[in-house]
Amino acid sequence: MTLHSGRGFACINYPIGMNLGGDPSQALVHSTPDGKFKVALSAIDLGQGMKSVTRQIAAEALGVPIEDVYVDTADSDTGPHDMGSFASRGTHRMGNAVIRAAAEARAQMLEAAAEELEVNASDLVTDGRGNIHVRGAPSRTITVEETAQAAQFRQGRTLAGRGIFLVPMSDVDPETGEMTPVSCFAHAALIVDLIVDDETGEVEVTHINSAYEVGRALNPKLVEQQLIGGAWMGVSHALYETTEPYYPDRSHGPEDFNHYLQPGPGDAVPHHISILERPAPDAPYGGKGPGEMCANPVIPAVANAVYNAVGVRCDNLPITPEKVLRGIRANGGVRPPVQR
Amino acid sequence: MPVEFRKDLFADERDDNLAEIGKPHIRQDILGHVTGRSPYYDDHLFDGLLHLRCVRAPYHHARVRSVDASAAERVPGVVRIIRPSDVPQNLNTLLALLNFGRDDEPLLTPEKTGYRGEPILAVVATSEAAARDAVAQVKVDWEELPHVLDVEEALKPGAPIVNTTYPNNTFDYHDRYDHQKLRFGDTEAAFAQADHIVEGEYQMSPIEQAPIETCGAIASPETNDRFVCYTSTQALFFSVAVSAKQTALPSSRLHFIGGTVGGGFGGKVDSHHEPLAILGAMLTGHPVKYQWDRAEEMQVGAPRSGERWRIKDGVMRDGRIIAREFTGFFDAGAYTRLTSYGVQKCTGHLPGPYTIPNVASNTYCVYTNRTPSTAMRGFGITGVDFSIECQMDRVAEAVGMDPIELRILNAYRDGDMKAHRRTAKNCALIESCQVVAQKSGWALSPDAMAQSSRVGGGAGWRAEIPETVIDHAGQIGERRRNWIDTEPFAGATQRDRIAAGTANEHPATGNAPQRDDMVIEAERLGFKVSDGPPAGAPSYGTRATAPTPPAAPSFTPPQTPTPPVGAPVPYPNAGPSLPPAARGAPAASPPVSAAPPTPPSPTTPSPQPAPTVSTTPPSAPAGSQDQAPRAPRRPGVSRFISGPRGRR
Amino acid sequence: MKIPVTFTLNGTEAAAFTDPGQNLLDLLRRNLGDLTPKFGCGQGTCGTCTVLIDGEPHLSCLILAEAAQGREIETTAGLANGPDLHPLQTAFMEGFAAQCGYCTPGMLMVAKALLDRNPSPTRDEVIEAISGNLCRCTGYEPIVEAILTAARAPRHATGRTA
Repeated sequence: MTLHSGRGFACINYPIGMNLGGDPSQALVHSTPDGKFKVALSAIDLGQGMKSVTRQIAAEALGVPIEDVYVDTADSDTGPHDMGSFASRGTHRMGNAVIRAAAEARAQMLEAAAEELEVNASDLVTDGRGNIHVRGAPSRTITVEETAQAAQFRQGRTLAGRGIFLVPMSDVDPETGEMTPVSCFAHAALIVDLIVDDETGEVEVTHINSAYEVGRALNPKLVEQQLIGGAWMGVSHALYETTEPYYPDRSHGPEDFNHYLQPGPGDAVPHHISILERPAPDAPYGGKGPGEMCANPVIPAVANAVYNAVGVRCDNLPITPEKVLRGIRANGGVRPPVQR
Repeated sequence: MPVEFRKDLFADERDDNLAEIGKPHIRQDILGHVTGRSPYYDDHLFDGLLHLRCVRAPYHHARVRSVDASAAERVPGVVRIIRPSDVPQNLNTLLALLNFGRDDEPLLTPEKTGYRGEPILAVVATSEAAARDAVAQVKVDWEELPHVLDVEEALKPGAPIVNTTYPNNTFDYHDRYDHQKLRFGDTEAAFAQADHIVEGEYQMSPIEQAPIETCGAIASPETNDRFVCYTSTQALFFSVAVSAKQTALPSSRLHFIGGTVGGGFGGKVDSHHEPLAILGAMLTGHPVKYQWDRAEEMQVGAPRSGERWRIKDGVMRDGRIIAREFTGFFDAGAYTRLTSYGVQKCTGHLPGPYTIPNVASNTYCVYTNRTPSTAMRGFGITGVDFSIECQMDRVAEAVGMDPIELRILNAYRDGDMKAHRRTAKNCALIESCQVVAQKSGWALSPDAMAQSSRVGGGAGWRAEIPETVIDHAGQIGERRRNWIDTEPFAGATQRDRIAAGTANEHPATGNAPQRDDMVIEAERLGFKVSDGPPAGAPSYGTRATAPTPPAAPSFTPPQTPTPPVGAPVPYPNAGPSLPPAARGAPAASPPVSAAPPTPPSPTTPSPQPAPTVSTTPPSAPAGSQDQAPRAPRRPGVSRFISGPRGRR
Repeated sequence: MKIPVTFTLNGTEAAAFTDPGQNLLDLLRRNLGDLTPKFGCGQGTCGTCTVLIDGEPHLSCLILAEAAQGREIETTAGLANGPDLHPLQTAFMEGFAAQCGYCTPGMLMVAKALLDRNPSPTRDEVIEAISGNLCRCTGYEPIVEAILTAARAPRHATGRTA
């Protein structure tokens, strides 16, 4: 029994948004009488943090503190239409719709404040802490709260906004496949270190180093959550998961978690993440969605590392101990190409 | 371990001086999570809640001769049996919402089941246990039918017909082909020129999304003659639309509540639970819950599709990949769901993030007698990326090159033309490779470390759409009548050529905001802006009546860069060098039906440039492929974020 | 035929009538309105239904409701002390140890049981304690870190509930 170490690389890009477009998202933003803002959406939070990231986007676009913003979703009676949380579209589409709705609400807010301060709205800025003041003259100031009250009770103004973001649907050419898939892509490059036991065929991932380019990390902790969880799922996909272990035969399909295997907390792999940010021009604050692409590079990196360790090309997922052992046997033994 | 932020990279494109964006704010919902109060769909209490369970096919492929539910109806607690005839609009396909595909899947199947687990009947009872008992008491006279489980077997003449709506066992693309094609350049000619041919075959088996919360919905008659539905869906209005269609209720009578879901990963888009639960509520007048148990979630719930890929690369000895061909099979299972779309999403992704001058693919959406597949994290991409990245390592070994340096050599760059005929921008593959190599102690040559996504792309052949060879093989039904192989150009009796430079230029960015005050100030969006807010920007308090073009562009396009040392070697033309032809006329018209894509007419007015900062040069007429190769596009604020409604 | 069951739930006397064969998870959720333990598999493999019975973690989807008779049952609903969060809850919140949140109540229960009997666990002991609880989102590491953080917090430490 010998443990062989191997190192493998993979890199990918990932399209952000529903392919071909045609997937609108809408947002509604409105102020309470005392200057707190509600964002009404129909977007779904699956755990990726949709409520949280749209809250930050709204607060930024409005120019108010995040504590004064609350996101409500999803009720078809009160939320405007959104296509859904899939295809890494949420941050991009929903974020842009929220920016537009917040922009309109902000415009009303600055108009209302301008009327109170007797200046032009174009002279006003927000400080992000709940105040609106004349650019360069911070003493000429009014709070967002006072502005909302004035608007509501004296001026007869709503501080509200609507937004929709739609990438118009394109089609696919039957002869060439020409299409407009999406407008931006996230990127990732990843190196996996692992150990292969040449007696049992078991593969243990020992280390992951990664670089993910996400446009902008709108919330660095949410991005980190996705990348760590996603890479874990990538290892799981590479080594364990299948609903049909004898695909295309359907025998022995797992029906419970005893047979549908995933790595547990004791299998956690140290993962050193680097985040790059090249903001996409049409993404909210340049942010692309990291939620799907995080698992993809792990899977081939694991396969490439297994080859590097023992010289077996595992081209068939998942990479089970049986496949590794059969490969070693077919090669007449462990035949690593080059040690890294 | 702490995450490292490489703020130094692309710093000249970012303004990081933002208030709330970029901050690690505590999640809005996490207090609910740690107190157990986050309201998932099942965290709503109803008096008199009924439970729904389905009778399911035990065979891969079978005909229902008869159903006897009389014993089931007598089980204590059973309130109602729901039959296929009770479903007002039984047939649906998920993408009917987008007019893509034909209705092919019943909510409850009356006659022929296509997969093990397919529901043919539903039982509604006062307890889950009673519902299970009743399901077990339903007697079905099944006629087992021959089945097919392998994607390539399914394509062969004489294979059992899995889905009667698509009797060739493939989705019909464009009413023309049994697959989706991608054609760019001339792969056959390039293979002949290549120093190495590298081939590989890759297989990914289906996997489960396996969210810890299973799929489910609770529907109840609400006051005001409506039905409320609490659901785990990932797409609220999608599910509203499917439910409205299948129950024949107007959407105004449906009130859907969701938004807090215990994991989705793509497995909660199929909108199967909501229509059944609502139907149960309609037919019983009581709240009805339909929840999958874990066994159903695993084997009845739609997985990620199995995929099979064959890749053939033509490689030069210096590592440049000059041609890549794909043959791909998505295993849709018994019904279409989203796989038809996944094939196209995948096609738009090929050949991966690499600039390869000749690309071809045939990708199939194949029906087999297994659980229909659906979206899963990385939908349409994960399987082919696995294949591509394993293939790249094979290529590296064939030419004796470092695997990362091979990626960098072939990586796409700003301004490069992609195989689906759109220009690459905002690229960062090279930098991602460099960062990870450096931090892992994987030494790369100084030349590889000097490469940049922003340099060397968009010049010469890299920016151009080459003359492209097309074929018309694989028309609907052809393969089933007389077998032809599945790879690109197989069985093609003739080739046609589409002129170089032919593309339907189509804006890739979103609609302009419909009102001026939906426009955010450009300088607050976090992009580096060259000269600050330009003259003519809309000022709040005034409404811009017409977008004012800037007096001079606020951005000077960089000169076309000369390829620096170490830049990708220009690719020699494979065939006779054609000048960029006038767009529109193909070299020879294809014999069958539609003409190649026609470009917009030159009289189409070009979009008005926005008064806010635009870092693209003043608009050239649409379809300027025949001008000098474009410089790498600089980032900046898209007018579709910050500009008023543009005219087109 | 309904069977009466009385027990202590989060320190308070509770009573319900159970149907034969009904499991404790269902009793707690449907009969007593405690929605904090969740249904994930019904097979005893995911741990989202974990409650504490006399201080020990148990899978309530596999426990007959009748077996609760006379016992002390704890759920996530009883973790906070009035308006004050338990140090575990604070640690999960500040450590971003939840995404979809569905596994969180079960994780908190096994973590509480661990810390109540072993206030200074090693990393391996934490891992062992949560090994019966599946998480699909986080990759586990943030959860392990949060539990270790909570173990290091002063015993009287509280966090805000709002």
